[in-house]
Amino acid sequence: MRFQGLAARRLSTQGTVHLMLRNRVSYTLDSTLETVNNAEETAGRVATEAGFDDEEVMKISMAVREAAVNAVLHGNAYDPNKKVILAFERTQNDLVITVRDQGKGLDASKIPDPLAPENLMKTSGRGIFLIRSFMDVVEIHPSHSGTEFKMIKHVRGSADSKEASQ
Amino acid sequence: MTMKSSTRQVDGVTIVDLSGRITLGEGSVILRDTVRDLLSKGHKKILLNLGDVTYIDSSGIGELVSAYTTSKNQGGELKLLNLTKKVHDLLQITKLYTVFDVKDDEANAVKAFNK
Repeated sequence: MRFQGLAARRLSTQGTVHLMLRNRVSYTLDSTLETVNNAEETAGRVATEAGFDDEEVMKISMAVREAAVNAVLHGNAYDPNKKVILAFERTQNDLVITVRDQGKGLDASKIPDPLAPENLMKTSGRGIFLIRSFMDVVEIHPSHSGTEFKMIKHVRGSADSKEASQ
Repeated sequence: MTMKSSTRQVDGVTIVDLSGRITLGEGSVILRDTVRDLLSKGHKKILLNLGDVTYIDSSGIGELVSAYTTSKNQGGELKLLNLTKKVHDLLQITKLYTVFDVKDDEANAVKAFNK
């Protein structure tokens, strides 16, 4: 509960905290650059309080930043009428983070591989690659009403985490 | 912490000392404007000192790529100096580490530019 309280207080001035249950907190945020920075900062706090080390905290906060960038820029296209919904859930073995926009829906299959030689020198297109690199499980759920990124990081030492790494 | 940028000249090479975060928004814009301004003034040997860069996101990586290609396309050279572990690791996983000319010693980096 402690991590939720701190994180919630931090972001509540920037958006609406619309759900704060025992192990879950979610926010409705504007489609602004400030949301991107706040989402990253809050993810860092939540991850720290969930017990991740500095390097893992950096990876988690960066993945959330990239997902928020995707939601604000590519999903909602800075539309003031569209919101970004950010949620953190601490389960027994995982930290589960979702970032959802209200855009047209992302077709992840059409995103070029940023490591392909012909794409290496492109100036964009690395965000989703970084999210996949930094999180243990990444699911992208597009629909006509928006795209949801579900990102999972296993808490080190948990039974599932050990099984997953084998 | 927002990004700060300052430039100095050493043996015909412009060293850009960057500090803070190169991220979407102000950080990326400052880097872009700095490099474009140098190239427009004929400073075509550019060494980006990233020793005090604490954080970089995909937008910042894109801006480094843009700075590199823009310099090259205008007949210039751009090298990177003093990567932190975070930036080093990011360039490794994005396969850009071998694309950039990365140096860890300022004097040697300056000498490495074509005279």
